Amino acid sequence: MGVIAGCKLMVKGGFREDAAGILLILVIGIGLALFGAARAIDAPFAVQMWTMLTGFLLGAAAILYDFGKGPKADASSRYENGVVKAGVIASMFWGIAGLLVGVIIALQLSFPNIFYFTDHGWLNFGRLRPLHTSAVIFAFGGNVLIATSFYVVQRTCRARLAGGLWPWFVFWGYQLFIVLAATGYLMGVTQSREYAEPPWYTDLWLTLVWVVYLLVFLGTIWKRQEKHIYVANWFYLAFIVTIAMLHIVNNLAVPVSFAGSFSYSAFAGVQDALTQWWYGHNAVGFFLTAGFLAIMYYFIPKQADRPVYSYRLSIIHFWALIFLYIWAGPHHLHYTALPQWAQTLGATFSIMLWMPSWGGMINGLMTLSGAWDKLRTDPVLRMLVVSVAFYGMSTFEGPVMSIRAVNSLSHYTDWTIGHVHSGALGWVGFVSFGALYCLAPWLWKKKQVHSLALVDWHFWLATIGIVLYITSMWVAGIMQGLMWRAYNDLGFLEYSFVESVEAMHPYYIIRAVGGALYLIGALIMAYNLWRTATSKEPAHVRAADTPAAAVAAE
Amino acid sequence: MWKFHKWFERHSLILLIGILVVVSIGGLVQITPLFFIESTIERVQGVRPYTPLELAGRQIYIREGCYTCHSQMVRPLRDEVERYGHYSLAAESMYDHPFQWGSKRTGPDLARVGGRYSDEWHRAHMVDPRSVVPESVMPPYAFLERRDLDTSNMQAHLQANRVLRVPYTDEQLANANSDARAQAEPFGADAFDFEQRYPGVAIRDFDGQPNRVTEMDALIAYLQMLGAGVDFSTYQAEAPENLR
Repeated sequence: MGVIAGCKLMVKGGFREDAAGILLILVIGIGLALFGAARAIDAPFAVQMWTMLTGFLLGAAAILYDFGKGPKADASSRYENGVVKAGVIASMFWGIAGLLVGVIIALQLSFPNIFYFTDHGWLNFGRLRPLHTSAVIFAFGGNVLIATSFYVVQRTCRARLAGGLWPWFVFWGYQLFIVLAATGYLMGVTQSREYAEPPWYTDLWLTLVWVVYLLVFLGTIWKRQEKHIYVANWFYLAFIVTIAMLHIVNNLAVPVSFAGSFSYSAFAGVQDALTQWWYGHNAVGFFLTAGFLAIMYYFIPKQADRPVYSYRLSIIHFWALIFLYIWAGPHHLHYTALPQWAQTLGATFSIMLWMPSWGGMINGLMTLSGAWDKLRTDPVLRMLVVSVAFYGMSTFEGPVMSIRAVNSLSHYTDWTIGHVHSGALGWVGFVSFGALYCLAPWLWKKKQVHSLALVDWHFWLATIGIVLYITSMWVAGIMQGLMWRAYNDLGFLEYSFVESVEAMHPYYIIRAVGGALYLIGALIMAYNLWRTATSKEPAHVRAADTPAAAVAAE
Repeated sequence: MWKFHKWFERHSLILLIGILVVVSIGGLVQITPLFFIESTIERVQGVRPYTPLELAGRQIYIREGCYTCHSQMVRPLRDEVERYGHYSLAAESMYDHPFQWGSKRTGPDLARVGGRYSDEWHRAHMVDPRSVVPESVMPPYAFLERRDLDTSNMQAHLQANRVLRVPYTDEQLANANSDARAQAEPFGADAFDFEQRYPGVAIRDFDGQPNRVTEMDALIAYLQMLGAGVDFSTYQAEAPENLR
């Protein structure tokens, strides 16, 4: 019945290849999900299949409804802003969700008697921790990257986003991936690979979405009205392509059943460890660095109204960064059973990586040459610039921690957690917030954000939160490392392990307070963006809002 | 030289291929040799594939995210060797799909936890960690002893491992589902056959509930065999074949 109705609608609405292609994928997906749900060998798998089925049915319904509205007016003269707006909203939603889970697990480690529930194992730390990391990295960060890349590629190519409805497939397909991964973690569906926990079928779905993302991005570049591909797009492209490579190789696995959530990694032990940390470190390198450097290369020059400091430096920055990053994975495996030649290679490249990282930082900061005074008056620009400063700090700390002697102390401790968060909260968080503060008035055609004072509040609350977080984790981590290796006068180990756990208590509380301040900042931001989007002020049209014809070069 | 870069900036496919080449080199040089250099994994006595019950326990360990707080990798540092035992060998995780080396020690390393505590200690600790370690921040896992272990798919689990060249015999494969129960039922009908298939493996009621095989049985069976396999009296760390 549905098929017949769909065909009728398609005839009425005029055949469109993009919608037909998506519909085909959804129909195949519906069949596979029904089969999986019917034959499921474990309960979580059945729930995941029903979730998929719901997602696919909603998608199909939306497309048929779209057909029902009749033929589309030619929209090629305008930029596609709808999917970018949706991305801004999704980024804010998942950002707050991910930060909230982070605060909850910080409280669990501070007050285990209060925040654990004996009868609700699905709320234990082990299940919420992947939920937190995936929510902030892939749900928040991923949506920011998809939204900004769709915005930036259109402006810098002066061409409308390619693929008609396909960008919407990327957006909603990615949200489905997030929902599948997140609900899976709560049910215990994980393959225990850090930052690659989703199971084999969720991985396959993401692969499909990601390939479409690459094609939409490339397709837009192919339509460009500019001779040169702008530097931000190099970084976006490196991010998309390399993440595809890492994702596919690291998730190679043999499923126990095609109707079950379990699988066994294709590799074992030492090979598996290096494959995972090759992936894990480059999730940092290409998802959390290259992608967000693209944001830096577009939004800082735009907001400061200055050209990028050095074109040549950006070329060196780009190629050196992507070449060196890939090698750095083994520094996660110092002193392990990984052969030492691989450890040494990883540490060597990690230290070399300091150079392109700081080269990029300098290129970002010096873009403000002649516009430094704007830092006093424009809190959005300040957020972007401080993010680059945090980038410089954590890309200095990282190479230091990859030195074997330092790593023997820092590894397995909370110092690593602090390091990650100086990068995640300071760099990724702030550069994303800055970009979203830029995008909201640009997309909803307002002069500027609703309240610059609230941006100021956000900035300072978040900054104090970060300082509390990373300083408490430095103290905690170094203390742990020193306690574990402390000897008494008689030559025995001074402390039992649990004494080091006990010593963490005050620092875990300070960390939770820091995280809570950061979360409050994000809530203020959500309110501010909502007021910006819904304000009644008349539309403020920018020259850059229309592509190609009669627009000055970017 | 700078003019040469225009090539990349004007042709998206050249840029794409350039990126792919540049980002492939590091992984190829670092990872692929690990599959071919023979000394990567030491040759030692005593490392064996997991029994079905242990494998089920390992899946619970993964499901509950134990790896987020516990490493399974003792480093060759004086304090770690004294605290946890002999440093970990690559051979000890050669059947681990995926590895569980971990990255954080919110709790202690578990690479050699096998045999260190009694089954009853593990059970009490899992049910209420703070009843035995007051300063602990570990979540409670009391529900494990209330949930019966699903053993109906263990054969498929072993089969997936065999595809990945974990050396399970045909007999072990055929009896996987019943073997998962047999290891926790020392007086059951299959106990003798199980012992023939897996010589030297601990067969006992791990969770103190003799009439049930629960998820607690599986997890404790797994924990109790961790790091206990290798006979270090026969391992010569300085022997040429073990120098890496």
